[in-house]
Amino acid sequence: MTEGAPKRTAPWLLWLPALVFALFIALVAYNLRNPAEREVRSALIGKPLPEFNLPAALPGQQGLTRADMVDGKVRLLNIFASWCVPCAVEAPQLAELRGKGVEVVGVAIKDRPADLGAFLARNGNPFSRIGADNLSAIQFAIGSSGVPESFVIDGKGVIRYQHIGEIRPEQVPMILEKMREAGQ
Amino acid sequence: MKRQILAILALILAQPVLADSSLPPAPYAYRQLENPAQEHEAKALMETIRCLQCQGQSIADSDAPIAGDMRHQIRERIKAGEQPEAIRAWLVERYGDYVSYAPQVTTRTWPLYAAPFALLGLAFLIARRRFKRRAGQ
Repeated sequence: MTEGAPKRTAPWLLWLPALVFALFIALVAYNLRNPAEREVRSALIGKPLPEFNLPAALPGQQGLTRADMVDGKVRLLNIFASWCVPCAVEAPQLAELRGKGVEVVGVAIKDRPADLGAFLARNGNPFSRIGADNLSAIQFAIGSSGVPESFVIDGKGVIRYQHIGEIRPEQVPMILEKMREAGQ
Repeated sequence: MKRQILAILALILAQPVLADSSLPPAPYAYRQLENPAQEHEAKALMETIRCLQCQGQSIADSDAPIAGDMRHQIRERIKAGEQPEAIRAWLVERYGDYVSYAPQVTTRTWPLYAAPFALLGLAFLIARRRFKRRAGQ
């Protein structure tokens, strides 16, 4: 063994697999404690609104089409439903936005006209138009994954911002800021 | 004591808040396509699309209303002759790669696919060095 003895592996190299394993355990432990974000965001921000044509959600009123959204005015597209509890929670915030001059257009998801009418009578109606979507088709078309969600649509029909979940009172100024940015 | 009894009574009498649509599910949410070959294609695709609400499940497994609507949309599109991979691409365009359970090789994911081969290559090199050393002893 004196001559031509095999070169010994450097001692620190022996610890390398254990170190890699420890790092792996640390990574798993970290991710178990901090689960990934559960929201699926739309990948269409900055892209034009897809074509859609929704019938009126309430008898005798106007429906909602893409053509209504490309006249140069920034709008807030609110996706909601009468059966959705957080949608009632955000109603005062939508009314506040309406009061500050924001045009809010609505899409009612899988709703009955009678239920919707009762919901609006109870919570107020901030919408200039409400389209009915009974198959969640517009949700898939614009990358929305639930109710309520709000999209800022600029005057050219480009999706500028997506808000997932209800708009809380402290978020109203942020929405107004996003609307202002979209108008520039 | 009286308070506790009242509290327990209130719990027993509590009604769940209705938080689901009262509309019936979409036509093709729970109905198969008439053409078995098309249904087979649709089913295979649905098993690899993530439900947006219960994200651990595919839309084929989920009873969430939005998953039913997505099954309806996929069956309608297959019925109209659309290719499953085109529908997947349409969904990925809207929701990102996360919506698909069949990961694609992209500039971001290629290391995942390359890593096993790199490790195998490395193992081969180490083994060869060791065997050579033994042979030289």
